[in-house]
Amino acid sequence: MSGLAYARAASLESATEVIGSHRAAEVIAGGTDLLQRLEEHVLPPPLVVDINGVEGLRAIEVDDHEIRLGALVRLNQVIESAPVRDAFPAIVEALIVTASPQVRNLATVGGNPLQKTRCLYFRDQSTPCNKREPGSGCGALEGRNRINAILGGSEHCIATHPSDFAVAMAALDATVLVVGARGERRLPFTELHRLPGDTPHLEHNLAPDEVIEGYRLTRTPLARHSHYLKVRDRGEFEWAICSAAVALELDHGGRIADARVAVGGVATKPWRLGQVETALQGRQATAEAFAEAAALSVQNAVAHGDNAYKLALLPRTIARALTELRERL
Amino acid sequence: MGAIGKPVARVDGPAKVTGTATYAAEFHPENMAYAALVHGTIPRGWIKSIATDAAESVPGVIAVVTHLNAPRLPWKPVDAAPVDPGEGEQLRPLHSDEILFAGQPIALVIAESQETARAAAALVSFTCVPSDGAGLVFDRARARPPSDGTRESYPAEWERGDAEGAFASAPRRIEGSYLQPRLFHNAMEPHATIAAWDDEGKLTLWDKSQWVDNVRDQITRNFGLAEDEVRVISPFVGGAFGSALRCWPHVTMAAMAARIARRPVRLELTRRELYTAVGYRPYTLQDVKLAADEDGRLRSVIQTAYGLTSAYEDYGEEVLDPVGMLYDTMSARTVYRLVELDTNTPTPMRGPGAVTGVFALEMAIDEMADAMDMDPLEFRLKNYAERDLKKDLPFSSKALRSCYETAALRFGWEKRDPRRRAMHDGNMLVGYGMATAVWPAMQAPASVRIRLFANGTAVVRTAASDMGPGTYTSMTQVAADRLDLPVERVTFELGDSSLPMAPVHGGSMTMASVGNAVAAGCKKLRDDIARLDGAEDGEHPVETLMRLRRDSFEVDGAAEPGAEAGTHSSYAFGAVFAEVRVDPDFGTVRVPRLVGAYDGGVIVNPRTARSQAIGGMVQGIGMALMEAGEWDDRLGRVMNANLAEYLVPVHADVEELEAVFVESEDRIFNPLGVKGIAEIALCGVAPAIANAVWHATGLRIRELPLTPDRLLMAEQAARTS
Amino acid sequence: MENASTGAEGGAVQARSTMRVTLEVNGREHALDVQARTTLLDALRDRLHLNGTKKGCALGQCGACTVLMDGERVNACLVLAVMAQGRHITTIEGLRGGDGLLHPLQRAFLDHDGFQCGYCTPGQIMSGVGCIEEGHAGSRAEIRQYMSGNICRCGAYVNIVEAIFETAVGTRP
Ligand SMILES: Cc1cc2nc3c(=O)[nH]c(=O)nc-3n(C[C@H](O)[C@H](O)[C@H](O)COP(=O)(O)OP(=O)(O)OC[C@H]3O[C@@H](n4cnc5c(N)ncnc54)[C@H](O)[C@@H]3O)c2cc1C
Ligand code: SF4
Ligand code: FES
Ligand code: FES
Repeated sequence: MSGLAYARAASLESATEVIGSHRAAEVIAGGTDLLQRLEEHVLPPPLVVDINGVEGLRAIEVDDHEIRLGALVRLNQVIESAPVRDAFPAIVEALIVTASPQVRNLATVGGNPLQKTRCLYFRDQSTPCNKREPGSGCGALEGRNRINAILGGSEHCIATHPSDFAVAMAALDATVLVVGARGERRLPFTELHRLPGDTPHLEHNLAPDEVIEGYRLTRTPLARHSHYLKVRDRGEFEWAICSAAVALELDHGGRIADARVAVGGVATKPWRLGQVETALQGRQATAEAFAEAAALSVQNAVAHGDNAYKLALLPRTIARALTELRERL
Repeated sequence: MGAIGKPVARVDGPAKVTGTATYAAEFHPENMAYAALVHGTIPRGWIKSIATDAAESVPGVIAVVTHLNAPRLPWKPVDAAPVDPGEGEQLRPLHSDEILFAGQPIALVIAESQETARAAAALVSFTCVPSDGAGLVFDRARARPPSDGTRESYPAEWERGDAEGAFASAPRRIEGSYLQPRLFHNAMEPHATIAAWDDEGKLTLWDKSQWVDNVRDQITRNFGLAEDEVRVISPFVGGAFGSALRCWPHVTMAAMAARIARRPVRLELTRRELYTAVGYRPYTLQDVKLAADEDGRLRSVIQTAYGLTSAYEDYGEEVLDPVGMLYDTMSARTVYRLVELDTNTPTPMRGPGAVTGVFALEMAIDEMADAMDMDPLEFRLKNYAERDLKKDLPFSSKALRSCYETAALRFGWEKRDPRRRAMHDGNMLVGYGMATAVWPAMQAPASVRIRLFANGTAVVRTAASDMGPGTYTSMTQVAADRLDLPVERVTFELGDSSLPMAPVHGGSMTMASVGNAVAAGCKKLRDDIARLDGAEDGEHPVETLMRLRRDSFEVDGAAEPGAEAGTHSSYAFGAVFAEVRVDPDFGTVRVPRLVGAYDGGVIVNPRTARSQAIGGMVQGIGMALMEAGEWDDRLGRVMNANLAEYLVPVHADVEELEAVFVESEDRIFNPLGVKGIAEIALCGVAPAIANAVWHATGLRIRELPLTPDRLLMAEQAARTS
Repeated sequence: MENASTGAEGGAVQARSTMRVTLEVNGREHALDVQARTTLLDALRDRLHLNGTKKGCALGQCGACTVLMDGERVNACLVLAVMAQGRHITTIEGLRGGDGLLHPLQRAFLDHDGFQCGYCTPGQIMSGVGCIEEGHAGSRAEIRQYMSGNICRCGAYVNIVEAIFETAVGTRP
């Protein structure tokens, strides 16, 4: 087989049928990750199904209760959306620091959480990588893993999930709307991705015939009080080495009534930190409380050499995100 | 008309902003085919088998070339060009089954389109047998002196006075080890070559090159051709910074492919391929020992450098050249060692050697100043060298003192709180740091052809190159100045090996070399015209031509280094001051401000010179804060071989940059008085930033780049110790 | 997988590995036979010989290939040529000022020496045009943020920012 075949789908139904019946076929939306893989021969699909002609997936629908994002909504479209900015600031803040303006004009919210890892070994097709080539070994585990995960890894894979948007979505309890050959279903965003375990090549819980139609986000006071903070080596245009999406709801006495914390750049999937959220609950929103709760984030973390700094960086990132958020409340 | 010294807008600017400037990959000779490479994956061994049928059967594939069917080239011996390492031999692509490094090209696919060539290349399968080689782990225990051919320029040992003795007996001492990682040029334009043979067997190459004559000479020998059978064209170079000095294996492969396909072939490298197809600044480990008197006079500087080289070529660079001459030290000693790895050969990258050596030396000097409780600038001034103690010669010019003063003043150095971790901006730690910069001024023989027309225009031609600094513009200015013509009436042509010989466009010596040749040629032109029968005293040569009814007049001109080279030492100097903001929690460093003052001799064009200087600062920010090839010493690969994970500065990393050229001219060094500014602009930036980070944080991190992981781990180490 | 018809009856999906596309570039239509794999960037450079759009990485990581697609800046290397069908593409060759001469931003790049080697320049200019039109050129800091998808290895950043800032101020209503 030489190269690639391309097909255009007029409806999600036809798209799901094609990808369900052709092994390794993938839908193409913005193409911003798929074209990188094609260029570098990293799991190049033999067939891509273009879903950009499908009607009705490019809208941001807003009502009093929720906001729905169609899968083909471009990242910049979300950034420019005043209702999203108002109701889910963490999402807009995560997207503003995502990629570049050019990429964001192409990239879709459907494709973003399904982008592949930036693990250096995954992206270099001549090296061992269990995610790219099951059974070939994990190059990163004892290799150059400065950007790899300290949470959620296995002995087979420690690749981080690179998305910023997905971290905010995980924190804000988004729901994924999925369409497949057998119809539609809903999935909590936190259940979209899988842990690597001993099958790191299986990254998400969509069936071969399923595609993302969009997302639902319920407006809550908590979501309105959300914030995203990203740490990276250079000023812009880099995936996170560590990031945190946080949300806080304070009661009248200034105590934390409810909290959400999800982190990125450090974990094998968009990572909710339930124990940190619980530890925050009921405490006064002070720097001390933030630091104590954030310290729990690395309780089960495992470092692998180059990425050991993330053990220090992660709690500080969470604490800073919470502090910045409190200052805004 | 005094065009020299004017901030003339780039003469090639309109072409560049409209997209009509044509770079190597952008020529479209008729019927062109496209090539793509297949790479070996093991770091050392042999190709056991290689299967090309799947690739060959792809529609649109013209040929697949491997060592089994590649044309046997004569590979005539090459008198090493100055840009080639002193010892060893460059990889001969597709020449044998031997594999010398991971990523070595082992096959070439030629096809009707670039997409087909790339897709078919992925279908070539092969098996390899690994063998023992030099190894993949940089271990200083395996270090050895440079071999004979390399030793002369990079002495294994050099000493003035009894440096170890002075060190042992001095009251104040410091020592430390400094690491500079493997750095990649990563010019925005990927290397590319288009090769076309004509019916008479003559070869034209459109190539990305900083030295078309060198490419012509090497290809001539590789293919056993005569000099007039190869022409290399390179009118625009999309940045290179040293990566296009040598004639790399892909150029030979492009010519090979064109011969096999019997039609023009383009070989354009991918970004990932650039990490193995051309060289890089070598990973270098350095030990520095400094000793001083109680009053802050340096007694001894001892610097040892361990540089990486490949197993098949001995690449060395002048890392330690500044050690003996930068300060007025009673004694100095340098030791240079190479460590071989199974990897591709390093190559000069902007400020080769000096940038690396100065990084370690200038960090150490800062540490010494701190140990003495002296201001870093005051300490440097106290040890100011009025004479080159290494060569034992006077400097032909040295305005470093005025660089220090000017830059310190513009920067506001007096506001620096001498205590570390004492300056703040909100939560951010603020630090001020500085460093000295130095680069040997060089000149090489160059020639030009100048034709003056009676209509008052002139054309100047030479095989020089312009990878961005503005050769087109500055040479036009020199010619306009010397011919007394408006700049718009002079055309400068370069980047073609059929034009008069020019030296390598590197080492900051284009201005001194080609510029002086242009000036000399203009003088010859004027003299010759003035001697024409009927010429009148004092008239402009154009008037003479008009009156004598001559359409035009042409001369060849040349210049070469003067005898002064033996009686004086010539260097460009600079002083760089940096302000940093460090996030104490995250270890992220930002550089809101850099100020540099430079002694680069006469500045022909202050506008393009400033651009060059601030461009060097940007690369220095990269070197200090983010750039590093991540070498996997099990696989023998640089893992972050792209532009998303090998980080270079983006807009957001660069705020205020100020470059000042202090009053300076060096007429001893050459008639134009220029010294060069390309390399000096990068030198000193990284140590200035590193010193500022120390001032901000109190953490002395001696390994580049200063990424958050290094800062956080250093902080942890400092806390536990 | 040569041009096989596949998928559901009715909503049949044609899968092709080569196809004819019509690209509208700078107001002119070009009919081209391309592979599915062909990017807009390769189509512009290798097929239409519009060399002004540069290839620096082919991975979206440098911005040298920035063009306007329906008025929005995008990386031409991340767009399949087949997917650019029916879109309005503007490249540096199609950028003009009101007088048919240089666009004000091109002029500002000349005035501020916003480049050295010139290779990133068309991408910077196209991106700068997008940046101004989006309204993200209000301050130098904002320009730095919104131009960070365009790498300049020669390091002309401060001059580029000046050029964009000046042009944005000049074109503000
Ligand atoms: C240079 C660069 C820098 C970047 N930096 C960042 C960054 O800082 N942070 C960050 O989060 N991201 C970053 N990205 C990644 C970018 O955000 C993603 O590539 C993009 O969001 C993916 O969306 P897409 O529509 O382009 O996906 P595509 O490339 O079209 O597809 C990606 C994957 O998703 C699948 N897919 C797409 N849509 C659907 C759907 N509706 N249903 C099911 N499957 C689908 C595809 O089959 C494919 O497997 C960067 C990308 C580039 C090129
Ligand atoms: S961490 Fe995962 S993606 Fe990276 S090399 Fe290991 S298996 Fe592959
Ligand atoms: S070539 Fe498209 S972003 Fe680099
Ligand atoms: S001008 Fe050379 S890369 Fe920007």
